[in-house]
Amino acid sequence: MQISSPIREPLIHGGKTMHDVSEDICRQVEGKPSKGWMAGFAVSLAILAIGSISVVALLWDGIGVWGLNKTVGWAWDITNFVWWVGIGHAGTLISAVLLLFRQKWRMSINRAAEAMTIFAVICALMFPGLHMGRLWLGFYWALPLPNTFGSLWVNFNSPLLWDVFAISTYFTVSLVFWYVGLIPDFATIRDRAKSKVSKAIYGGLAMGWMGGAKDWSRYESVSLILAGLATPLVLSVHTIVSMDFATSVIPGWHTTIFPPYFVAGAIFSGFAMVLTLMIVTRKLFKLEDYITIGHIELMNIVIIVTGSIVGIAYITEFFIAWYSGVPGEQYAFINRATGPYWWAYATMMTANVISPQLFWIKKIRTSIVSTFVISIIVNIGMWFERFVIVVTSLHRDYLPSSWAMFYPTKHDVGVYLFSIGFFLTAYLLFSKYFPVINMAEVKSILKSDGEKK
Amino acid sequence: MEIKKQYWKGLEELSKDPEFVKYADKEFPEYLPTNSPTGGEETEAGSTRRDFLKLMGFGMAAVTLASCEAPIRNAIPYVNKPVDVDPGVPNYYASTYMQGGDYASVVVKTREGRPIKVEGNTLSKISQGGTNAQIEASVLSLYDKERLTGPQKGGTATDWAVIDKEVTDKLAAIAGKGGQIKLVANTIMSPTTLKAIEEFKAKYGNVELVQYDTQPAYGITKANQEIYGIAAVPNYHFDKADVIVSFDADFLGTWISPIEYTKGYSKTRKLGPKKKTMSRHYHFESNLSLTGANADYRTGIKPSEQGKAVVGLFNAVAAKTGGTSISGGGEYKNLKKAAADLLKAKGKSLVVSGSNDPAVQTVVAGINDMLANYGATITLNDYSNARKGDDAQMSAFVADAKAGKVDAVIFLSSNPVYNHAKGAELAEAIKKVGLTVSTSDRKDETASLTTYIAPNNHYLESWADAEPKNGTFSLGQPTISPIFKTRQEQESLLAWSGNTTPYFEYLKDNWKARFGGGKEGLAFQSFWDKCLQDGVLETPAEPIEFNATIDVVTIDAASAASSIAKNYKGDGFELALYQKVAIGDGTQANNPWLQETPDPIAKTTWDNYVTVSLSDAKALGITEYEGKSIKVDLTVNGATHRLPVVIQPGQAKGTLGLALGYGRKNGGKVANNLGFDANPLVGTLNGAAYYNVTTGVNLTATDEAYQVARTQTHQTYMDRGNVIQEATLAAYQKDPMAGRKVPMIATWQDLEDGKVKSTTLSLWKGHEYPDHHWGLAIDMNSCTGCSACHVACVAENNIPVVGREEVIMRRDMHWMRIDRYYSSNEEELAKADGMVSRLAALDIASENPEVTFQPMMCQHCNNAGCETVCPVAATTHSTSGLNQMVYNRCIGTRYCANNCAYKVRRFNWFKYHDNTQFDMNSSMNNDLGKMVLNPDVTVRSRGVMEKCSMCVQRIQHGKLEAKKEGRRTNDGDITTACASACPSDAIVFGNMNDNDSMISQLLRIKNEEGDYGIDKQVHEERAYTVLEEVGQKPNVLYLTKIRNKENNESHA
Repeated sequence: MQISSPIREPLIHGGKTMHDVSEDICRQVEGKPSKGWMAGFAVSLAILAIGSISVVALLWDGIGVWGLNKTVGWAWDITNFVWWVGIGHAGTLISAVLLLFRQKWRMSINRAAEAMTIFAVICALMFPGLHMGRLWLGFYWALPLPNTFGSLWVNFNSPLLWDVFAISTYFTVSLVFWYVGLIPDFATIRDRAKSKVSKAIYGGLAMGWMGGAKDWSRYESVSLILAGLATPLVLSVHTIVSMDFATSVIPGWHTTIFPPYFVAGAIFSGFAMVLTLMIVTRKLFKLEDYITIGHIELMNIVIIVTGSIVGIAYITEFFIAWYSGVPGEQYAFINRATGPYWWAYATMMTANVISPQLFWIKKIRTSIVSTFVISIIVNIGMWFERFVIVVTSLHRDYLPSSWAMFYPTKHDVGVYLFSIGFFLTAYLLFSKYFPVINMAEVKSILKSDGEKK
Repeated sequence: MEIKKQYWKGLEELSKDPEFVKYADKEFPEYLPTNSPTGGEETEAGSTRRDFLKLMGFGMAAVTLASCEAPIRNAIPYVNKPVDVDPGVPNYYASTYMQGGDYASVVVKTREGRPIKVEGNTLSKISQGGTNAQIEASVLSLYDKERLTGPQKGGTATDWAVIDKEVTDKLAAIAGKGGQIKLVANTIMSPTTLKAIEEFKAKYGNVELVQYDTQPAYGITKANQEIYGIAAVPNYHFDKADVIVSFDADFLGTWISPIEYTKGYSKTRKLGPKKKTMSRHYHFESNLSLTGANADYRTGIKPSEQGKAVVGLFNAVAAKTGGTSISGGGEYKNLKKAAADLLKAKGKSLVVSGSNDPAVQTVVAGINDMLANYGATITLNDYSNARKGDDAQMSAFVADAKAGKVDAVIFLSSNPVYNHAKGAELAEAIKKVGLTVSTSDRKDETASLTTYIAPNNHYLESWADAEPKNGTFSLGQPTISPIFKTRQEQESLLAWSGNTTPYFEYLKDNWKARFGGGKEGLAFQSFWDKCLQDGVLETPAEPIEFNATIDVVTIDAASAASSIAKNYKGDGFELALYQKVAIGDGTQANNPWLQETPDPIAKTTWDNYVTVSLSDAKALGITEYEGKSIKVDLTVNGATHRLPVVIQPGQAKGTLGLALGYGRKNGGKVANNLGFDANPLVGTLNGAAYYNVTTGVNLTATDEAYQVARTQTHQTYMDRGNVIQEATLAAYQKDPMAGRKVPMIATWQDLEDGKVKSTTLSLWKGHEYPDHHWGLAIDMNSCTGCSACHVACVAENNIPVVGREEVIMRRDMHWMRIDRYYSSNEEELAKADGMVSRLAALDIASENPEVTFQPMMCQHCNNAGCETVCPVAATTHSTSGLNQMVYNRCIGTRYCANNCAYKVRRFNWFKYHDNTQFDMNSSMNNDLGKMVLNPDVTVRSRGVMEKCSMCVQRIQHGKLEAKKEGRRTNDGDITTACASACPSDAIVFGNMNDNDSMISQLLRIKNEEGDYGIDKQVHEERAYTVLEEVGQKPNVLYLTKIRNKENNESHA
């Protein structure tokens, strides 16, 4: 039994009993989908369908359906990739890092956050795939597989290959971590299930969980081990993603500050996305007692911290550009702020640096509406951050003769919509058919005052 | 108990017949004897049904497979293999390119009997191995699907016998009544063709050959006739001129014989430790031409000021040489200075003018005469035949035709309805002519109006000879048998003259008569074979009579000056019509390679447009941002045309430029309706075609948005010394390192100033190149930007054409480009304070800028950024310094292109071959066009990256040839397509491991014995690599641009 200070605010409100928890959470899974859910699902499917037109066009006609050109070889594709990977950071951070730090407030949000991570990473993985000129070969040539091409190996020097390893590892660990956490809850649903079909399905998913002491002991150990494994990954994934840029020679990309800056940015955007989803989910599924204002406030504090780190990183880049005395570098940053893409830079600065500072005001950081609005602003800002890095660095690099603009086409938007549609569809399916809150863990923190009852 | 009903299948069941009982449990009472030859016992063990199904399945599969139509590819071996044709081994034939008066001796590369590449013939004294964009592209025009496939009569196909009979009958009838017969052609420099025409004349009597040029030099020929008594263009020796003054003569781009002049000019622009002097070039013009862009001093003048400027120079020179000054001179910037320099270089200077006005040319001749240039830099004895057009004669012909006086006209591959100023009048007049014949290769604007079309062969299918200069001859031989049922026009003329000799025999006989010198049989055959192999023949120039004693200064110049004063009047905007280097007069407008070749100055493709000066654009409110602009309304003599506009630095204030060669109506699918046909705007002045409109021109901005497809939208190099390094000649003479910017890196090492050269630091281990270390050296001082290399690269490397829309998307596929930079506006820079405003000011081009050309292709970096980032190792380094692209391995992440500091990598955004979306890419989208593809180079598939390979197929070929002969490659065995095309020898390819190779000599590389590393000891001070401090260590080195001017002020 956990020992807590009696004066600590309860993490779960509403005086819930263990049975109430099971009832509240399982109700979503067992009941008929709500009208809100149905509407949301219809919208998500529609977005997915519209997006898939662009994906088909992309695969059928070629990368040329996008607005890329000889100078700007990456734009929305890699912007989206980094954006989704960044979003995919929060889940593991919440479940692994906060587990290690024994932050128990995480328990009511980690399930959904992890699910978001999984789906965000899948969305992220779409882009390195779809952006390839020859996906039909690239999807396996990019892997170090034994082959008959005279044993032709991948290029271990390439940061893109490091990405393959980093992201696939992260995805695997996150998926396993998430699934392990789900097992006891699947068992709960199995035990409550009335129809044979759901009994069979959830029974299968529960993998024969009996709830014995040994089961729990193993569960705890695996969680701890996976948390230990996942924690360095939280740092490594975005570090390696940032090396796609940092190891290059392009001014604006070739920056040693990128690894910490990207990790902070990733956590920043990840928490913003968790907030966006949680605020909707708690409303839709009436989970206000589980996901409380306290949660929201804590997450907002993380947003202030990481947002400030990101802001300092932006300023540091400018300082270093000036301090380095390298004209190309200086031009790249002046062009970022004052060139033809100044509006993207301004959007990024406003959304990422200024808007989270509002959370210093307690009223704002404890207000659901303002949190929701700012979380969306932060996500937009973080998308622009990646756009600024990818596009404005490329569009005017060393030789002025090659300077060009990037104009997105409808298919740039379409493929982005496809990933959003996929994400929302997957998340809605998850929230309907899987327990959105970790019942087993939440039950352990119902009583937080340490008094025996 | 219920009674169970029983049913029987038959009586056997009821009677429990033992035979029946035995098989009662079987589905079928008897076994199915489908496939067992041995009978029942076997079937019991095996299963017939399953076997049946197996067979059935196999049968279905076999039928399905058989019904799939397998493409039938006929690879038929030769029954009797031709001696010279080996599959996979190219053959080279010397031949002659002639297009109007444009001439070059060429070598045609054929593979398995089809010409795939045209290169320069180094044996020629005229073109000296150089080519230009149009020549390089001409091989694709051979495979133009829209050429006529056979003779036509009244718009429908017919055969040669019908044409010959009807034309001969009609000609005979006309000759019988003494009717006028006209032959209309562009300049004919072929002596044998002229002989055939003489024969034709002899047969029909009243025959006149009317020659006109689309880029005429009538002013020169007329002036020379009046002064010297020879109506010809003299031989200009640009290589001997220390001071060159040009008035609107684009002699490096389009004027008379640009390859020859570029060869000569570039010799005067070479610098090195042994030669520290170069020519000085003054240029006075309205549009910024290729030549103007290369000038040391360039002054923008209006077209109406041309005469005055020439007279002004005349007077300035006359004042110092004791000549009589003439009236009407003007004062222009740099004119006095030019005169002073000319006087210092008497006999070693050259004044040329692009004007077609005999009066102006008379004054120019006077200046050259006073400067004693005749006999030195200008010779008349070996005059040029490049321009023979007679504008007066042509005008008379049109007038006669309109008056109905002409009874028959034969257009010899000429298209005056399109490319002559009076085309519209002629189109009407043609209807009044009894017999109209065209020998055009396509149903062009003129041919579509004639009754008969007797299509000519392409020059690569023809026998030909030429006399480009008096005493210099050239032979052309077919490199493929005619693809269609066409016939070369000389043979048609002969046939209509009643001479059935094949033209080859006719040509050979003519040469025998002329050069045979009594040689018979074998002796003549070996002479002939030698000429054919060399492609050229030099004989002593036949002495000609001309009048060299007339004092031009007193006799002609004064009257010329009064004519100039009378004729040249300007009012408001003045329009100067010009030809583009690639499109020229539009004859090859249906050639997509040329359409997509960027204009060397404006970097535009697929369009013509009005060029307007920076200040006029500002006054009219015309803006351009990232290539996006508007259309303008151009009013000329009352007619208004809506045209695209380009703001052109260097355009003289108050002038507008507009290119000819566009707006074809019947040029072919690619050419038609592309741009605006400016030919009707050509006027007449002093009896000659006048390519300027100086009055009645107005320009207004409209709000119709339009974007001209440009491959480069940023105009200045932003003062980036790591990209362009340049200096003045005086500074260079003082210090050969002038203009060089050597990046120094501060290190921890305790050096005197704490800095080391950036090239000494590297993260990488380098490479060993034990055999060859290929490299390119590019002299930015010789490069004129003419784009011959660019088209050569397209032809050599099967580079797709992507079309206007895709160029706007900035997706041109060119492996090599020529970056053109203008100098920044000094005034704006002076106003700027602070880094941000300085950078903004650097972006603004000068009103009259200095121009620098920088050919840019894959730099084959030794520490290549692309190689490290490719996840699948699709781009790798060779053991001889090449950065190699493995198309088969590429998965198209484009990471390499992003990480390329030089942005030379090109991605296949779409499938450019066999794709109707790209049918303008005719070399890859129809069976005929595909014949031009170089079989040694892969046609890249969709989704892969490509880039300059330094013509690895040529390197490989050269290495294999050397290997077969058991030797190492010699310098000069191998060269790249760009280097071989270059008419100014600005690109040198070679092995940098070899101290004696041309590239090592040029760069003064001195390797220690056995030093095969990446860092070559380059001692040439002018040599630098672009973006040196990035540390990629390219194998392409550039030599600084040196301008022969006093100080580094820009032209403004």
